[in-house]
Amino acid sequence: MSLVLPAPDISRALTRISHEILERNAGSSAITLLGIPTRGAHLAKRIAEIISKIENVPVQFGTLDITLHRDDLRMRPPRALMPTTIPSLGVEDRNVILVDDVLFSGRTIRAALDALGEIGRPKSVQLAILVDRGHRELPIRADYVGKNIPTSVSQSVIVHLTELDGADEVLIEGGGE
Amino acid sequence: MKHLLSINDLSKVEAISILDTAQELARVSDGPMKKLPTLRGRTIVNLFAEDSTRTRISFEAAAKRLSADVINFSAKGSSISKGESLKDTAQTLQAMGADAVIIRHGASGAAHRLADSNWMSGSVINAGDGTHEHPSQALLDAFTIRKHLSKSGNDLAGLRVAIVGDVLHSRVARSNVLLLSKLGAQVILVAPPTLLPVGVESWPCEISYDLDAVISSVDAVMMLRIQVERMTELFFPNAREYSRYFGLNNDRIKALKPDAIVMHPGPMNRGLEITADAADGARSVIVEQVANGVSIRMAILYLLLAGSQEIGATI
Repeated sequence: MSLVLPAPDISRALTRISHEILERNAGSSAITLLGIPTRGAHLAKRIAEIISKIENVPVQFGTLDITLHRDDLRMRPPRALMPTTIPSLGVEDRNVILVDDVLFSGRTIRAALDALGEIGRPKSVQLAILVDRGHRELPIRADYVGKNIPTSVSQSVIVHLTELDGADEVLIEGGGE
Repeated sequence: MKHLLSINDLSKVEAISILDTAQELARVSDGPMKKLPTLRGRTIVNLFAEDSTRTRISFEAAAKRLSADVINFSAKGSSISKGESLKDTAQTLQAMGADAVIIRHGASGAAHRLADSNWMSGSVINAGDGTHEHPSQALLDAFTIRKHLSKSGNDLAGLRVAIVGDVLHSRVARSNVLLLSKLGAQVILVAPPTLLPVGVESWPCEISYDLDAVISSVDAVMMLRIQVERMTELFFPNAREYSRYFGLNNDRIKALKPDAIVMHPGPMNRGLEITADAADGARSVIVEQVANGVSIRMAILYLLLAGSQEIGATI
């Protein structure tokens, strides 16, 4: 198991992503951050906190569970559903930024787009990701990337966050390096 | 979990996971798009050999919100009324590719028979078998009580629930006693001795013959329907006397705790076990029970059918 992103790097990456989001959307008034549970939800909250500190205004953020839209439901035992919380202004006509920890095949994000379509019609949808590990199986890319980490398919990328795991770190496991 | 036949088959953790799943799915029913793609391509058969409004429509709505195909099948108007056996009916459904059968039947144990036989390979969901069990009703009742009254937001610890009336003929009562006590509630059955089944002393609940003695101490009161169609002998002298001793009326509503709720699984005999005032009053959550029923049944269908069963799935 090797450490590829220590805590200070994660913090710097989230700060940079926050600035990029503000720059691209010309401020925070029209943005809504939606994190994909479980770790994406915590990352969305952190980015919302950083942005509201920079701009001195509250930022709309929530969570979006995608379980019911997954395309691999039939291949695994039933999964527990996670909470979906949509902030007060909804998603209609907002610039929604989906937040997740790792971008891999892109299937989670496809499911998230479907789940989002059920709630409303955002003005635009953007994607922020902590780690892009490659191996896309769908035509999906991230707008904001914490770090590109080339991996082999047999490796796993493990993201630990203080809220859940007691420390911030990204590790790579296996694959016979 | 492949089938849902009895509350006894559920652990406390499994029961709570069904309630939690229903809570998330309720959001779909409240949203603008009441449809999810989750069970697309699955076929669900509603096999109702006994009459039903709520349960059948509720399962149908739940299945359709999850995009499953639903085939409705009732005894009237099918070959069951020509005397076709359950076995032949089941094999027909299997041949048509049913992934799940929701069965209501007048014979206690019908759902078990269907699940334990090799007549069909799909999931079996018990939607009421004779006077035995009605697990999805108990789950929706627990869900409703939890939503209004739970102290932990998780189980029903510390709550007292009275189940009043025709316990003898009620599968709802049996399933509720098992489930509510499993979730930590104290259950009290209130009925005339003639309407309590043999062996009720061994159920995990208290028993009382006096509604007025119990009413002020409970957090929820669940009225049961007097099941005239199952009554083959005289169980109480007359309807007026039953109403006076065991009916829920305005005086008894006033004796309830301030935040107590009034429940009824439906269909109601207004004026017999419950007055119209009590059924339509501010304490009544009877209509909400129906809405919650759809969420609970979506959760059951999701947990039984969405994942693969082949690799030892559990919930």
